[in-house]
Amino acid sequence: MSLFEYAPAPESRSIVELAPSYGLFIDGEFGEAKDTFKTINPADEQVLAEVALAGPEDVDRAVAAARRAFESWSALPGSERAKYLFRIARILQERSRELAVLESLDNGKPIKESRDVDLPLVAAHFFYYAGWADKLKYAGLGPDPRPLGVAGQVIPWNFPLLMLAWKIAPALATGNTVVLKPAETTPLSALFFADVCRQADLPPGVVNIVTGAGDTGRYLVEHPDVNKVAFTGSTEVGRQIARSVAGTGKKLTLELGGKAANIVFDDAPIDQAVEGIVNGIFFNQGHVCCAGSRLLVQESIASSLLDALKRRMATLRVGDPLDKNTDIGAINSRAQLDRITELSEIGAGEGAERWSPPCELPDRGFWFAPTIFTGVTQAHRIAREEIFGPVLSVLTFRTPAEAVEKANNTPYGLSAGIWSEKGSRILAVADQLRAGVVWANTFNKFDPTSPFGGYKESGYGREGGRHGLEAYLA
Amino acid sequence: MPKSATPSRLAVRKTYKLYVAGKFPRSESGRTYLVDGDNVALASRKDARDAVVAARAAQPKWAGATAYNRGQVLYRTAEMLEARRAEFKSLGVAGAEVDAAVDRWVWYAGWSDKIAQVAGGANPVAGPYFNLSAPEPTGVVGVIAPGSLLGLVSVIAPAVVTGNTVVVVASNPQAAITLGEVLATSDVPGGVVNVLTGQAAEIAPWLASHDDVNALDLSGVGDPELATELERAAAGTLKRVIRPSSGVDYTEDPGTGAMTALLEIKTVWHPKGF
Repeated sequence: MSLFEYAPAPESRSIVELAPSYGLFIDGEFGEAKDTFKTINPADEQVLAEVALAGPEDVDRAVAAARRAFESWSALPGSERAKYLFRIARILQERSRELAVLESLDNGKPIKESRDVDLPLVAAHFFYYAGWADKLKYAGLGPDPRPLGVAGQVIPWNFPLLMLAWKIAPALATGNTVVLKPAETTPLSALFFADVCRQADLPPGVVNIVTGAGDTGRYLVEHPDVNKVAFTGSTEVGRQIARSVAGTGKKLTLELGGKAANIVFDDAPIDQAVEGIVNGIFFNQGHVCCAGSRLLVQESIASSLLDALKRRMATLRVGDPLDKNTDIGAINSRAQLDRITELSEIGAGEGAERWSPPCELPDRGFWFAPTIFTGVTQAHRIAREEIFGPVLSVLTFRTPAEAVEKANNTPYGLSAGIWSEKGSRILAVADQLRAGVVWANTFNKFDPTSPFGGYKESGYGREGGRHGLEAYLA
Repeated sequence: MPKSATPSRLAVRKTYKLYVAGKFPRSESGRTYLVDGDNVALASRKDARDAVVAARAAQPKWAGATAYNRGQVLYRTAEMLEARRAEFKSLGVAGAEVDAAVDRWVWYAGWSDKIAQVAGGANPVAGPYFNLSAPEPTGVVGVIAPGSLLGLVSVIAPAVVTGNTVVVVASNPQAAITLGEVLATSDVPGGVVNVLTGQAAEIAPWLASHDDVNALDLSGVGDPELATELERAAAGTLKRVIRPSSGVDYTEDPGTGAMTALLEIKTVWHPKGF
């Protein structure tokens, strides 16, 4: 199959005005910290800006500001809090192109994803939770649910602004105040969000943004004056946080890793399934905790499905994240690229067969061609460990029972996919999968009304929907 | 003629053993300890692990039973509990507390086919999708139970009505094992509830760190240091933890929280289209 030649169609980056350096956003003001670090564009390794590195005393100040603000914020009528959140949602919509370009610059994700997925969902999330702020007594969580206090929130780099929205919108709607730490490699959109809060005249201290690396996050979650900890990231760090929170009485929600099975039965609509498989593993460069990273395909259709999948993969465009035709952008960091590379080499070393389409990668920046491994067994590390990159492990099965058993054979339980035209089979398999989100004949769909979160070692608590309120109320 | 004495009948005493997998075994350790004059089984690490195996084996079928069926079985448990009112009283449980325990069990039994409607529902997503959230049991729950009968019932019933299976560490051995007899005679499948008697400080750490336990209920842990240690151990496999409930009044309306804490929300999406 020949690929159409596309002329470059880059989105202009002039819509984003980047300052040379950014401070911490505490108590409604940007202020400096002792140390700084640089954030780069992973597509060309150029420095985008210098960012403050928050130390323990900075985190102290941020938590103190949030504590001061809590008294009046939690006492506001819900209808007033709602109006602030509606304002924020509107400003996010008005600035969505700017923020989408910024997100693609700092993260490396294709502009068509930041523009068409991340930003619309960010605004929708604030709209959704804005409406809850004055309706909490109807949420089924008791007649008078109360906020917890100061929420310490630590988010990952794969969906920087969307994860911020998932954390901040429900926290504020329920009357909590927050100190949020964005990921080390993607701090910029959270700092722009701080500016959105100022534009909305959000009272100082209600939202505080502290940038930094792992240590900053640790200061925050271990801070004695934090009442609630919310973390999205790796299962390993999740375990450490659960240990450190033990005995403190802090409420904790964790959204951690995954190794989702995407199960394709012999009666699946093949073309749709192929689109779903591609979306499941190559969306956002595979930097998705709920990515469909294990393809379980029924043996009788395995070869024809893989042929179709390879044909489709050959049409994926890898390159400039700001190009509107790009399907797969840059890997977020050198460290992540190293991990993907290492696990892929282990996969080949353990005997799985590796395949990538012919694919020209840019000279600078961090890139990884879309890759599939066939002949994978359940013992292979690429079938067990989260790779968090555009790498798909393909396994086969013969019966639905075997598919279910293989799908559940993981300590994770975040998501799963089912492809079949038979309704009763879909429902029966969905019942048996130990996963918090099951996509049937679709994949990687998100909505603010739909609860998201894992079973087993994929964490606990739900984000989104009515269930998402519970994490922030007593 | 010597006056014939009416010989007083010698009572047949009960031996209080463990309740695991629907049977009443002794502790594999051979140990007992003295409680109110009875030698009761002192459960060991191995007993805890056997109980987890039993709970895991029983879990899929128990969760897979219809909610109506689970509700009926648990209602039957309340009937059996009521029938043993006198026995519990003879163990020193106040009559009013037995009554409250029976009523609590009936209350929870009725939740079996209602909690999914209260805790789940359709989500109006912005697109042509069917989207439904429904609760499912988290799996095997380790329970460090409070000492009272009402407390014991108030931690076991919410766990099992939602389809979980439990390994209970009880600190009131005679009442707890008598409750085991109630369960054993009321069609609750073996392994759904397993009762260990002994020292929480000895057994609970093995449950907290056990890879095949999904959640840990610390309601009955009195020592804050032990509670912290157990919560920390539970973090190794990211167990759901219900923290100690010091000062909880078990006579009050328990709400749905004890059930929802042991439920996972699963959300299923499917496209709509002709």
